[in-house]
Amino acid sequence: MNQAGFPILTLLTFLPLVGGAIILTVRGEEAIVASNARWTALWTSLVVFALSLILWVKFDSSNGGFQFVESVSWLPQAGISYKMGVDGISVLFVLLSTALTPICILASWESITTRVREYMLAFLVLETMMVGMFCALDFLVFYMFFEAVLIPMYLIIGIWGGPRRVYAAVKFFLYTLAGSLLMLLALLFMWNTAHTTDIEVLMHTAFSPHMQTWLFLAFFASFAVKVPMWPFHTWLPDAHVEAPTAGSVILAGVLLKMGAYGFLRFSVPMLPDAAVYFAPFIYTLSVVAVIYTSLVALAQTDMKKLIAYSSVAHMGVVTIGIFTFNVQGVSGALFQMLSHGVVSAALFLCVGVVYDRIHTREILRYGGLVDRMPAYALTFMLFTMASIGLPGTAGFVGEFLVLVGAFKISLWLSVLGSAGMILGAVYMLYLYRRVVFGKLEKLDLKGILDLSPREIAIFAPLVALTLWMGIYPSSFTGFFDAAVGQMVEHHQAAIAATSKLAGVMR
Amino acid sequence: MLLAVAVLAPLFGSMIAGLLGRAIGDRAAQAVTILCMLLASVCGVSAFVSLVYGSATPGVVVLGEWVSAGEFHANWALRYDTLSAVMVAMVTCVATLIHIYSIGYMSHDKSIARFFSYLSLFTFAMLALVTADNLLQLFFGWEGVGLASYLLIGFWYDRPAARAAAMKAFVVNRIGDLGFAAGIALIFFIFGSIEFSTIFAGLSQHVNDVYHVLGTDFRAYEVIGILLFIGAMGKSAQLGLHVWLPDAMEGPTPVSALIHAATMVTAGVFLMSRMSPLLDFAPGAMHFVTFMGASTALFAATVACTQNDIKRVIAYSTCSQLGYMFVAAGVGAYQVSMFHLLTHAFFKALLFLGAGSVIHAMSNEQDMRKMGGIWKMIPLTYVAMWIGNLALAGVPPFAGYFSKDAILEAAWASHSLVGHYGFWCCLIAAFLTAFYSWRLLIMTFHGAPRADHHTMEHVHESPWAMTVPLILLAAGAVLTGFSFADQIIGEDWHAFWGDAIGVAASNHILADMAAVPAVVSMAPTVLGLLGIATAYAFYMVWPAIPGRLAASLPGLYRFLLNKWYFDELYDATIVQPASRLARRLWRIDGEVIDGMPNGVARLTADGSSQIVKLQTGSIANYAFAMLIGVVALVSLYLIVG
Repeated sequence: MNQAGFPILTLLTFLPLVGGAIILTVRGEEAIVASNARWTALWTSLVVFALSLILWVKFDSSNGGFQFVESVSWLPQAGISYKMGVDGISVLFVLLSTALTPICILASWESITTRVREYMLAFLVLETMMVGMFCALDFLVFYMFFEAVLIPMYLIIGIWGGPRRVYAAVKFFLYTLAGSLLMLLALLFMWNTAHTTDIEVLMHTAFSPHMQTWLFLAFFASFAVKVPMWPFHTWLPDAHVEAPTAGSVILAGVLLKMGAYGFLRFSVPMLPDAAVYFAPFIYTLSVVAVIYTSLVALAQTDMKKLIAYSSVAHMGVVTIGIFTFNVQGVSGALFQMLSHGVVSAALFLCVGVVYDRIHTREILRYGGLVDRMPAYALTFMLFTMASIGLPGTAGFVGEFLVLVGAFKISLWLSVLGSAGMILGAVYMLYLYRRVVFGKLEKLDLKGILDLSPREIAIFAPLVALTLWMGIYPSSFTGFFDAAVGQMVEHHQAAIAATSKLAGVMR
Repeated sequence: MLLAVAVLAPLFGSMIAGLLGRAIGDRAAQAVTILCMLLASVCGVSAFVSLVYGSATPGVVVLGEWVSAGEFHANWALRYDTLSAVMVAMVTCVATLIHIYSIGYMSHDKSIARFFSYLSLFTFAMLALVTADNLLQLFFGWEGVGLASYLLIGFWYDRPAARAAAMKAFVVNRIGDLGFAAGIALIFFIFGSIEFSTIFAGLSQHVNDVYHVLGTDFRAYEVIGILLFIGAMGKSAQLGLHVWLPDAMEGPTPVSALIHAATMVTAGVFLMSRMSPLLDFAPGAMHFVTFMGASTALFAATVACTQNDIKRVIAYSTCSQLGYMFVAAGVGAYQVSMFHLLTHAFFKALLFLGAGSVIHAMSNEQDMRKMGGIWKMIPLTYVAMWIGNLALAGVPPFAGYFSKDAILEAAWASHSLVGHYGFWCCLIAAFLTAFYSWRLLIMTFHGAPRADHHTMEHVHESPWAMTVPLILLAAGAVLTGFSFADQIIGEDWHAFWGDAIGVAASNHILADMAAVPAVVSMAPTVLGLLGIATAYAFYMVWPAIPGRLAASLPGLYRFLLNKWYFDELYDATIVQPASRLARRLWRIDGEVIDGMPNGVARLTADGSSQIVKLQTGSIANYAFAMLIGVVALVSLYLIVG
C-alpha cells in the first residue's frame, strides 16, 4: 500500500460526494434544508481538508516520483486503469483545493440564499473533480475529471451568477470545452502509439518530433484556454464578473491552475522537443499577456474585472516560468501558481466583502472605506501588496524565481515578463487608492460595517498563508524541489537524446 | 545578537502599535514604539562601538532559510561588518530622535498609533536592508522601505495630493526596482550565488565574463553595475527617476526627515558601497554613475533656488546632495560617499525637523512667501536651522565641510573626463547650495512678517519633544565631521572599515585626494561663502533683485520654477499615452479578441439552423451521409496509417 496505509487519494476525491449525498437526503422546510446543507457542506469540506493534511505530513519530499499511488485495473485490454498518485508538483494543488473549498463555503454562507442545497452540492462535486484531476495518474481518468470540472462550475455561474450569468456560463463552458476536444484527440493518438494511458508510462514514451508538434498543438488548445493565455482569455473576465464571489474564488484559485498544471504534467515532460520548439511562441504570448492585460486592467471600472485581468497577467508569468525548462523558472512558476491561488482568491473575497454590503462593484462608487473598515483596509492592503509581489509576501517568491529563470534565456524576456512589477503596482494601487483611501463622502458608505467574525475567519487562514509563503517559502518549495529537479533533468536528457539522434540520422 | 535585537525591536514595536493600537490607546502605542527604538539604538550603537573600537569581529548571523530553488539560495541573515554597523547605529539613532519628535509634531493627529506603527515598520525595513547578507534580503528591505514610504506619504489619505504622491513614489521606485531585480538575476547567473561573500570571492574568476544584450557582448560586470544603479536611481531619486521625491513632501514632516532625507533615499548610495568590490571592476558603469550623480547635483540645486515651499527646497537639496554621494561612489571613493551619507543624515534630518518646527509654529503654513520676521519668536529653531544650513553649505568646521570637500577632491583626483565633469557640476552646485540655503533662512525667519495677523499671534517655540531632537541632531551636525573624518576617509581608512568596503588594487583615490592642489580644496568653501553672500545681498540688502531677475529672464525662471518640466514631459510621453493605450486595448479586447470566439459562436448558430434542414427524415439521405463518413474515415486511416 502507500505511506498513508489506506487509499487516501480516492477517499479525498470521493468523500465530498458522500457529503453531497447527505445533503440530498435532507427534506423539510426550506430554511432548515438550507442551514443543514450549509453545515453539512462545511463539515464535509473541513473533514476532507483535515484528511488532506496527512499528505502534508506524510509526503516524502526527497522523493521526486509519485507517492500514495493506488491502481485498480479498469480496462486491462486497453491499458487503461484507475490510477491515482501525487508527486511534488501536484500534491500542493490538492491541498490548495481542499483548503479553498471550506473557505468558499463559508464565504457563501450569507450571500447565497436561493437553492442553497443545490449550491452546496455543486461545490462539493466541484471539489471532487478538482482533487481527482490533480491526483489522476491515468490520462483518461485525468481527462474525465478535467472535463467534469466544467459542469459544477457552469452551474455555479449560470444559476447563482449576476445579471448576464447565462451568457458568461455558456461562454465559459463552450470556450473551454472546444479546447478540450482537441486534447481528447491527442489522448487517442497517444494511446494508439503507447497502447496505454498510464501517465507515468507516457512520460517515458518517446514520441517522434513530428508527432510531438501536433500533439503539442492539441494540448495547447486545451491548456492555453484554461490558463488562460492571451488571446484566449476573454471568457475569464465575463465568467469572473458574473460568478458569485465563491465561484470567482475557486475559479481564480484552482481552476486557472489546471491549464498550467497540464503544461507541466503533459506538454513539457511528454513532448520535450515540441515544448522547446514552441517555447519562443509561448514566451511571446506570455509577455503580451503580461503587458497587454496589465494595461487593460488599468482601464477597468469594475473591481472584479480588474482583478480578473490581473490574473491573466500573473498567469503569463507562470507560463514563462514553465517554458524556461530550468529549476528556478519551473519552481517559480509552481510557486506563483500557488501564491496566485491564495492571493487572487483573497482579492476576490475582498471584493465580495464590499459587494455584499453595497451591491456594486463599480470602483468609483467607493472611497474612504478605511475610516469605517480599518481591519478590512489592512487585509486588503496585505493582499494588494502580495499581488504586486512585495518581498515578504507570497507573491514575490514565484515572480522573482521566474525572473531569475527567464534571465537564463534572455534579459528581455525576464524584464518584459516582469513588467507586471510596475504595471501591477499601478493598477492595484489605483484600485486601493480609489476604494479604500480618500474621503468618505458617499452616503450609503457611512454606515458600512467592518469585517464580521465570519469574514475574519475566512481571511485569517489566507493572511497567515500569504505571510508564511512569503517569509518561509522553503516549507512549500521543499515539496517540489526534488520533483522539479527530476523533471528538468528528464527534459534535458530527452532533448540531448533527440539531438544525438538527429546527429546519427544526418 | 546585539544586531538582531536592534533590527527586530522596531518590528515588534510596529506590530504592537499597528495591531493593538486601538486596544491600548495612542499613548501606550507611542511608549511601546519609542521604548523599542531606544532599545534598538542602544544595541545598534553598542554593536558599532564594539566592532570598530572594541574586540568584536565581523560575522554573519543566520536567522533561517528564505528562498531556495535548485542552486538558488537566500537566507534570512544579518551581516555584521563596519558598513552595516555604521548604518545601523545611524539609522537607529536618527529614527529614535524622529520618533520622539513625532510625539510633539503629531500630537493633534487623529491616528497617532498608526503613524508610529508605520514609522517603526520603516525603521525595521531599513535595518533589514542595511544588515542584509545577500542581495535578496537587501531587496526585501529595499521594497519594505518602499512600502513604508508609500504608507507614510499617503498617511493623510483624505488629501488627494498625498494619495497621488504616495502612488507616484511607489510606481517610480518600482521602475528602478525592476532594474535592481534584473541585476540580482544577472549576478546569480554569473556567480551562481547572491550572497555577498560568495560573489566577492568569485570576482577574479568572472572578470572577463560577457553577457549578450542589445546585440552586443558586454562585460557582465558593467551590465550588473548599470542594472544595480538603475535600482539606486529610483530609490535615491537621481535625475530621471527623481520626480517622486519632491511630491513625497506631502507626507508629515518627520517622515520627510527620516525617510526622504536621512535614511531611505541613501539606500542607493549604500548599495554602491556594499557592492564596491564588484563595481570597482566596472569602470564604464561607474562613469555613468558619476555622470548621473553630477548632473543630479547640479539640476536639483538649480531647481531649489526657485521653489517657495520650504519643504520642497529641502527636498531638492536632498536630491542634490545624493548626487554628490554618487559622484564620490562613481570615482571609487566609496568611503567618502558613506561619510557624506552620515553627515548628511544628521544635518538634513535637522533641517527637515527645523522646517517642521517652523511649520508647526506657523499653523501649518509651508509657503516661505508667507513667512518672515519670526526669528526672535522661535530662537531655538532658528539656531538649529543656522547650524543645519552651515553644515549643508560646507562651512568649516561643520560636518558638511569635511565630507563635501572630500567629494570634490575625489572627483578632481580621479583624473578622468567624467570625474572633472563631476567636479565642476558639484562646484557650481556648492555655490547654489549655499545660495538657496540662505535664501530659505532669510525668507523664513527675516524681513517683515508676511503671515496674517492671526497666524503671527500663534507663533510659538515647539514643545520639548521637538526641541530636544533638534538640539541632539544639531550636535551631530557639528560633531560628526571633524570627529570622524580621519577615521572614515583618512589614510588609515582600513582600520575603520575593515573588509566591509573593498576596493581593487588599482583604486588609490583616497591617497590621491591628499595630493590635490590647495585651490581645489579651497574652492567649494569659497564658493559656498560666496553663495551665502549673494543670498544675503539678494534677500536682505536689495530684496528687489530676485523679482527683477525673474522678470528679466522669464523663460529661465519658469523653466526652473517648473522643475525643468520633468513632470509635464513624463505626463505627455508616458502617463497619457499609456492610459490612452490602456483604453484602446480594452476596446480591442472587447471587440476584436472577444469578437472572434463570439463570431465563431454566431456562425455555428447560423450554420446549425441551416443544417437542421438536412434532417429530412429520409433514411436514404442518412445512409448516404454515413457512407460518405465511412469513406472519409477509411481514406484518412490509409493516408495517415
